[in-house]
Amino acid sequence: MRAALIALFVRDLRLARRRAGESLLVVAFFVLALTLFPLGVGTSPDILARIGTGVIWVLALLAVLLGLERLFQPDLEDGSLEQLLLSPAPLELLVAVRCLVHWLGTGLVLALASPLLAILTHLPNEALWALPLSLLIGTPSLTLIGAIGAALLAGSGKGSVLAALLVLPLEIPVLIFGLNAAEALIMGLDARAALLFLGAFFLGSLALAPFAVAAALRLALE
Amino acid sequence: MLAARDLACRRGGRLIFADVAFSLAPGDALVVVGANGTGKTSLLRLLAGFGRPAAGQILWDGEDIALDFAGHRARTHFLGFADGLKALLTVGENLAFLAALLGNRDRAPPPAALAHFGLDALAQRPTRALSAGQRRRLALARLLAVPRPLWLLDEPGVALDREGRARLEEAIERHRAQGGVVAIATHGDVAVRDPLVLELGDRSACALP
Repeated sequence: MRAALIALFVRDLRLARRRAGESLLVVAFFVLALTLFPLGVGTSPDILARIGTGVIWVLALLAVLLGLERLFQPDLEDGSLEQLLLSPAPLELLVAVRCLVHWLGTGLVLALASPLLAILTHLPNEALWALPLSLLIGTPSLTLIGAIGAALLAGSGKGSVLAALLVLPLEIPVLIFGLNAAEALIMGLDARAALLFLGAFFLGSLALAPFAVAAALRLALE
Repeated sequence: MLAARDLACRRGGRLIFADVAFSLAPGDALVVVGANGTGKTSLLRLLAGFGRPAAGQILWDGEDIALDFAGHRARTHFLGFADGLKALLTVGENLAFLAALLGNRDRAPPPAALAHFGLDALAQRPTRALSAGQRRRLALARLLAVPRPLWLLDEPGVALDREGRARLEEAIERHRAQGGVVAIATHGDVAVRDPLVLELGDRSACALP
């Protein structure tokens, strides 16, 4: 069983590397969308610094939602999903591995790119580590919760917009506490409560989402 | 080994087939024939344990597979129209992944599986560069890379040349000689020695004598 999980991890990583352009597109969206804000609200550093944290977190959420379509749809179309179901390893664990690799190509990349965005929006220096930290803890939950929507709509041909609408309400708590944690850290306040909530969301979604996703995928293949 | 009783399948509210019954002993082959849309693929998917039949039972060694779908799927090879290959991986990578995923414990077989279908020279080739027939050969190679007693093949001969079909027929006969069972949906391009024929569409049923 372990061999199957490792094999999936290695294969997905290899595929992600050969499609590195898609990860770069996520970052490109992240950066380009941010550059629209000075055009909309003006280039005054105070305004940008005030809205910067929130804008970056919201864009990270949108970027994760944008990538959801790639999570299961390609596998459903090329028959790989059936092979996953035929594996002796439980589908729930295979799903968790898939989400992990997907996160490496989206959430992790966004977290690593976020200091650049912090500089672009004139955020204080503390943001250079506070933003990546909050995104590192927060984005895995975004991916896991988003995976439920992606799996439910896989094969329905409804596309990613509906999946995004479906999971958006569930993602909002993560956004609130992630933003809260980042701002508290930037202002030097006590961020423990918000960080603990973020961590709790991560553990909760890690425990529940794979079961929901696996059930949805089994239904999609019926 | 594999048996079906009064099997019925419903898709989109429409009854596709009903009262399908058969019984396969080790070494038997079931050939499912019928016009397009008569439920050949649906039957194979039911036999793989991907879904529940609208009525009836599928039995493996006398036990209803609905009691343990996961266990049943772990002894099943399913080859459908979508071949489960990733275009961005090489031939060797695709087969090694599927072998590990499906639980091949010793790592030796993949080369032999590739060689059987004449792909050993292409192991380093990216899968997207393969022709349709070569892709199909690669998809079939996993049947040999991971030994499993039940093979469910949906139109396995599509896109194969004559030599490819001969290799496939040879693999099927060898699998049967080792006590495996196989169910094939086909329009007649793959020849199987004394098969049990199940014709869908006219609500027929058949059983071993």
